[in-house]
Amino acid sequence: MKNIFATRWGLITVGAIIGILAPLLQKLGNPANMGICVACFERDIAGALGLHRAAVVQYMRPEIIGFVLGSMAAAYIFKEFRPRLGSATVVRFVLGVFAMIGALVFLGCPWRAVLRLAGGDGNAILGILGLTFGIWIGTLFLKKGYNLGRTQATHAAAGWMLPIIMLGFLILMVVFPQIQGQDKNDVLFYSTSGPGSMHAPLLVALIIGLAIGFLAQRSRFCTMGAIRDTVLFGQTHLLSGFISLVVFAFLTNLVLGQFNPGFAGQPVAHTMHVWNFAGMALAGLAFALAGGCPGRQLFLAGEGDGDAAVFVMGMIVGAGIAHNFGMASGPNGIGPHGIAAVVTGTLVCLFIGFTMRKKLA
Amino acid sequence: MATTVDARGLSCPQPVILTINEIKKGKDKDIIVLVDTDTSKENVTRAAENQGCKIKEISSEGSEYRISITKA
Repeated sequence: MKNIFATRWGLITVGAIIGILAPLLQKLGNPANMGICVACFERDIAGALGLHRAAVVQYMRPEIIGFVLGSMAAAYIFKEFRPRLGSATVVRFVLGVFAMIGALVFLGCPWRAVLRLAGGDGNAILGILGLTFGIWIGTLFLKKGYNLGRTQATHAAAGWMLPIIMLGFLILMVVFPQIQGQDKNDVLFYSTSGPGSMHAPLLVALIIGLAIGFLAQRSRFCTMGAIRDTVLFGQTHLLSGFISLVVFAFLTNLVLGQFNPGFAGQPVAHTMHVWNFAGMALAGLAFALAGGCPGRQLFLAGEGDGDAAVFVMGMIVGAGIAHNFGMASGPNGIGPHGIAAVVTGTLVCLFIGFTMRKKLA
Repeated sequence: MATTVDARGLSCPQPVILTINEIKKGKDKDIIVLVDTDTSKENVTRAAENQGCKIKEISSEGSEYRISITKA
């Protein structure tokens, strides 16, 4: 059976659906220009679990849970669930940690970078340029033979690990829901102010997350791959979906009155251009070396890829480190250790790129 | 004789890189690419067609795919 979503028009349609739903989620309560941000939402999950104690970014985001479970449903329905792992797993964890640290210097993943652009935030341009630069560095390594080796087929249950964790998160959220005005319900932390306090209703966010997870698994939607394939092969297949997302998010923002052009005072953003660029360059390089944007890693984990699941865990842990160590930025600019974080992360990623060139027998 | 490219277990974009390298540099007119995910199957097929090659046959064996490519 032909997979219509994996055609160019299928991908453009999926990009359009995400582009419409993300600003809609903002209308329904999610933070501005953050309808869906994989990095920010995983950071909020880290906060909900108490892995960091930044009071304004603590919420168990149902969209992320939906992404993984929706992808898993699609993979099972279309017989594409392939439990696999073992491709330099610990390296993927490290890449996940630094991808998150870089993203939090910019304040967003590639998804949010374009949603910020579609909302009029000019700082996003620096982020997208940085992202492209980082991915370009990654393609140079790919051309020189960089790769993390082969995966092995494994037990189906091994492929269920991240989906089960996500299900566990959902159960925690239902058992310990937010209490109005309280920053904690038993084990889960919540924000009473700031972006973490802003969210669409649980059920709506979960259903939209499931739908996007399902469609993205079918279409192989990937924001990093969009740029990488264009740079590496001159192939614009994935790019068409990414551009579709920007265009439809922009149009939806216009309709909803959410388009506010400018650089200063943009929501959950800062104007330090160099670090917007450098943070996203680090994230882009880490995504390119790991073979997928943060969204794609969630969808891969849903279809049984244990290495992608470890990358996701790396991102969640990385969010904890970023906030605990003062590496994450805020509306006023980069954190006290933001520069050290970007330099260290870039050195680590370059080390990985230079040293991991395995001849494939 | 066809050259076989074993891209099983490799993550994106390795299967496509290996296939394009073989198309550009390999001597044989016929190439067999082995992959083990649907995404890789779609990506390799698309890349080969973009290089002007013909996809002769795609057969599945268990959870694996065997893609037969003929160079232009």
